[in-house]
Amino acid sequence: MSAVTATADSDRPRPSSPEDAGSAVVGLRGAVATVGGRPVLRGVDLTVRPGEVVALLGANGSGKSTTVKSVIGSVPLDRGSLELFGRPYRKFRDWHRIGYVPQRTTAAGGVPATVREVVSTGRLPQHRLLPFRRKDRAAVDRALSAVGMLDRAGDGVAHLSGGQHQRVLIARALVGVPDLLIMDEPMAGVDVDSQQVLADILRTEVERGCAVLLVLHELGPLEPLIDRAVVLRDGCVAHDGPPPRGVGQHALPGHDHVHPHADDHHRTTQGLLA
Amino acid sequence: MIEMFQPDFMQRAFLAAVLVGVTAPSIGIYLVQRRQALMGDGIGHVALTGVGLGFLFQANPMWTAVLVCVLGAVVMELVRARGNQRGDIALAMLFYGGMAGGKLLVSMSSQSGAGSLESYLWGSILFVSPGDLAVIGLLAAVVLAVTVGLRRQLFAVCQDEEFARVTGLPVRVLNLLLAVMAAVTVTVAMRVVGLLLVSALMVVPVAAAQQLTRSFAATQATAIGVGVVTALLGVGTSYQADLPSGPTIVFLAILTFALFSVVAAPLARRRHRASAEHGPAVCDVALPDGTAGSSPGGPGTAGGPVAVLEGTEPVRAPAGTAVDAPLSGESLSSRGLAQ
Repeated sequence: MSAVTATADSDRPRPSSPEDAGSAVVGLRGAVATVGGRPVLRGVDLTVRPGEVVALLGANGSGKSTTVKSVIGSVPLDRGSLELFGRPYRKFRDWHRIGYVPQRTTAAGGVPATVREVVSTGRLPQHRLLPFRRKDRAAVDRALSAVGMLDRAGDGVAHLSGGQHQRVLIARALVGVPDLLIMDEPMAGVDVDSQQVLADILRTEVERGCAVLLVLHELGPLEPLIDRAVVLRDGCVAHDGPPPRGVGQHALPGHDHVHPHADDHHRTTQGLLA
Repeated sequence: MIEMFQPDFMQRAFLAAVLVGVTAPSIGIYLVQRRQALMGDGIGHVALTGVGLGFLFQANPMWTAVLVCVLGAVVMELVRARGNQRGDIALAMLFYGGMAGGKLLVSMSSQSGAGSLESYLWGSILFVSPGDLAVIGLLAAVVLAVTVGLRRQLFAVCQDEEFARVTGLPVRVLNLLLAVMAAVTVTVAMRVVGLLLVSALMVVPVAAAQQLTRSFAATQATAIGVGVVTALLGVGTSYQADLPSGPTIVFLAILTFALFSVVAAPLARRRHRASAEHGPAVCDVALPDGTAGSSPGGPGTAGGPVAVLEGTEPVRAPAGTAVDAPLSGESLSSRGLAQ
């Protein structure tokens, strides 16, 4: 465990190697997965160490989202192995240590629900079958104020803008105070101001020591936070190392030029923990 | 007026109506939330085979219907969970097979009176026997215990299944439980509303309630209220006017939906006026709100009310109302049984 902490605290994050997968937060080895009969992952290795911020990059259809979905177990692996917090997936029970932020489209149901109700579902691993108690309510309040949405707690989620909606989903993931945050395209469809708010929220979590696995289309305002980038191409890892600036910012087709504070962010690309 | 509470069969009918009015919306809300509003309809079709089996083997059709419904609902849930592209075809087979099988079995049985099958299709308050009432009460208690006791868990699963899995909930078990409870509810409601209209009492009160509410809890409570009131009024009207109970109840529920829809627009406007009083934040959020308001609303539905309101309240009303209005349309057109 101590060796891993040292790795996370060191200045330059190193590419993952199979040896330290055992003590990593996420250890995905040789993952092969098919979706609807089509091979999507063809042997993906992915390691996230405690406190590390890893970005998954790649073009549309390269297998980013499928990788994340196989990490949370909703896409089963045909071959390969998955360990979460050092335990094989089948034996993993500490779900309260993981906060998951799905792609935004999955959050609205057919029945109205308030911001508070949605965020409260993130507290289920804590109270389980017991009633929702005062400390659970306090945790929801804390998570909502962390994302600046406490004043909208009673509003319906369907009434929110894209950025606000994303903040609600993040609050839902933060309410259990996770050790690993998994986010699938958190910046998609979010305006520039909200992107900056999201980056600030994320920075606070990273400072707390939370590891983050992000699917990103472009690095954007998150760039200074990212320790390591894993680039996927056709279901294979094409790059594992420091965030390649070319890939994140300009090389991908259909990217938006969103540089709200270009000066601040381009100066430091080493990562916040440096 | 009073005399309709006198006969034993009417007392049983009213009691059954209350039980159905409570249970159908309390499970239906989860189906609507998961955009499976018509699942109840499918189970209702399958239940017919159960009734037919009951006729054939001279057993209580309630129990055989429960058995077949549960089986059918589990199959439907498995088809849904696999996310198969051809899933809707499989469901169609199940529905029509259930319907055809039911009619065939009834024809083969000795007591093939057309009237008795009719009573299962459209509901008949005259036929709620004391035995039926006991079964209805027992099953309703089970359904309520699950839908209210596991409210947070079921809400999480129906709101966002993938997230629910990451919270460590046994998603598959809960989905199956939900399907089984829906099946049991169909049998509970079968005597009063009839198999062809069972699904209406699961969906319409929920659709009506969400015209007025913003939270899930309030929607569930209001839907149950609407369910109980329309079921009681429907049974009463059915007795007074000599009409079949099922269609009467469903018609009243749809009337409630229409009434709530009319009330919804001014209510939403007042809410937005109230929230606009919060202060200077209005201008800050107006820009992102405006862009988001037009995207989730379906094309067409959002256009009408926004255009009307834009003149009166230029700042807040368009964003809020645009989202308010299409909610009803969304839920009603949500027929993703196979999704």
